[in-house]
Amino acid sequence: MSECLLSVQDLHTSFFTDAGEVQAVNGVSFDLNPGEILGIVGESGSGKSVTAYSIMQILAGTGRITGGRILFKGQDLSKWSEKQMQGFRGKNCSMIFQDPMTSLNPVFTIGDQMREAVVLHTDRRGAAADARVKELLELVGINEPEKRMKQYPFEHSGGMRQRVMIAMALACEPDILIADEPTTALDVTIQAQILELMQSLQKKMGMAVILVTHDLGVIADMCDNIIVMYGGRICERGTAREIFYNPKHEYTKGLLRSIPNVNNMKKKLVPIAGTPINMLNLPKGCAFCPRCDSAMKICLAQVPEEIMISEDHKASCWMNVRAAYEEVIGK
Amino acid sequence: MSETLVEVKNLKQYFPVKAGFGKTIPLKAVDDISFEVGKGETLGLVGESGCGKTTAGRSMLRLYTPTAGEVLFDGVPVTDKNIMHMRKQMQMVFQDPYSSLDPRMTVEDIIGEPLDVHHLCSNRKERREKILELMNYVGLNAEHARRYAHEFSGGQRQRIGIARALAVDPQFIVCDEPVSALDVSIQAQVINMFEELQDKLGVAYLFIAHDLLVVHHISKRIAVMYLGKIVEIADSDELNRHPIHPYTESLLSAVPIPDPDVTRARQRIILEGDVPSPLKRPTGCPFRTRCRHAAEQCAQECPSLTDRGGDHQVACWVR
Repeated sequence: MSECLLSVQDLHTSFFTDAGEVQAVNGVSFDLNPGEILGIVGESGSGKSVTAYSIMQILAGTGRITGGRILFKGQDLSKWSEKQMQGFRGKNCSMIFQDPMTSLNPVFTIGDQMREAVVLHTDRRGAAADARVKELLELVGINEPEKRMKQYPFEHSGGMRQRVMIAMALACEPDILIADEPTTALDVTIQAQILELMQSLQKKMGMAVILVTHDLGVIADMCDNIIVMYGGRICERGTAREIFYNPKHEYTKGLLRSIPNVNNMKKKLVPIAGTPINMLNLPKGCAFCPRCDSAMKICLAQVPEEIMISEDHKASCWMNVRAAYEEVIGK
Repeated sequence: MSETLVEVKNLKQYFPVKAGFGKTIPLKAVDDISFEVGKGETLGLVGESGCGKTTAGRSMLRLYTPTAGEVLFDGVPVTDKNIMHMRKQMQMVFQDPYSSLDPRMTVEDIIGEPLDVHHLCSNRKERREKILELMNYVGLNAEHARRYAHEFSGGQRQRIGIARALAVDPQFIVCDEPVSALDVSIQAQVINMFEELQDKLGVAYLFIAHDLLVVHHISKRIAVMYLGKIVEIADSDELNRHPIHPYTESLLSAVPIPDPDVTRARQRIILEGDVPSPLKRPTGCPFRTRCRHAAEQCAQECPSLTDRGGDHQVACWVR
């Protein structure tokens, strides 16, 4: 595919801890097209954030990409020097983080921190840089940008800080914006403001967005395509409607049954049994099979291949093979 | 509503905040709230962070001494004098399953502590049996009894916290955000357990949470708080279908629903700005600074809850 903006191919990322190697991401592949909003959803420890960090190459000290390729517009990022990567971050791809409290530096003013991004990545200096900062703050709906530029992060509320983070991420009009749980730390009404802002900015600037979250509601609201992750692997991918109305992986089905929704208010929730897996001790077969009600023998022994359900829907679950087989023999 | 179990009357909880030079000003965390919880009923309490919902729950159990107002349990006022006795009837489950369990105590001791405090068991054998029964209620195995809290996952710790609250056979439990620290797939397990325990033991809950879908699922009635005030109380289905207060309306419309067609077809009401600081409350109605319908009267006088029929109470001048 020529128009593909970012292509992640068989990505493996591990953390080397005292207790052993933790394979946080285990063979993840996906393509991101220009202007697409891709949602990555999963529980804590499913590898969704590590995938995002791997693309930006900002893994913590013990983490390393151990296999696979990340292609940006056809070029392999792993061959890029650190200097080139610095250019990539910000200009081509930028990121907003979960906690706007800790991702801004408390001892610099908002203006200083934003100016840094502008000066590093564009040729604007001095007054021109200030003008750009002001323009960006207006873009994300901050009133009195000149006053706000002189203030420190603690003088802003959580929602304001997240707006500043978004403004900073958009400083160089990147092709890709990665948002790692951008609204998890915010209240519902503020979350609605930020989601609305992200949607309108995406329409205005046409960038691609990777939205990493555990909140299925946010995913349903925002995303064109969805990737569901569990235990460092992709278990299902497809358009939002396919994932929500026609889930084909037992984990996705379980997840959708276990959350309160408008349709099941008075019915009992159906929880997923057991607890999330220990990443130090991954099962040999499907990562979800210890918690799966329909687990079969093969699930224990072999990791399921990705099976095409339809043009825009794929799932990695042996149940689909069984269903196809039963259809063929006419059961 | 069934027979009233707990009645909160004009509860106020102010905290002194230093304002420099030996001066203090009151932070009105909970400002004159009244509501009732029926026997075996679940009342949901929702609101954004800082609206006073946790403080309300804690004041009811006298974890703070209320500034004013009364809490009646079965018609008897809860006071500092009888609180020891009252806590046999009223218990609490805390939000954070990591910091609410003593790391140096075994599960057996954690669950057994309320039994010891209230002298509910006459000998060791009885105590042990009671503990195992409680662990069985919340889905923990007997072999977990000698383990420490750190050996458990978040969901299991929350179960320990619930077993501890149940130890004294209470009739009423304040559940302060009991599932918000848990993963989605674990949340459902704990929510179901709360419901099963209610069916089995007939215990009433005050279920405090910020996740409206979870609260709607578990509660029979819901109270909505904003800046220390209750702005609306109604049956949970009624509240979701016909919210009257503009704040409730926008709060409900802001919740992302995990259903792409439904959530995208909805008209969202986006509120401007942030919740004001409780130290700088607006005059009159606390919500008027963000309200689309605010009128002149809203700035002058704070509306009180009025009944709009069918036990649907709303505090709003405009609607």
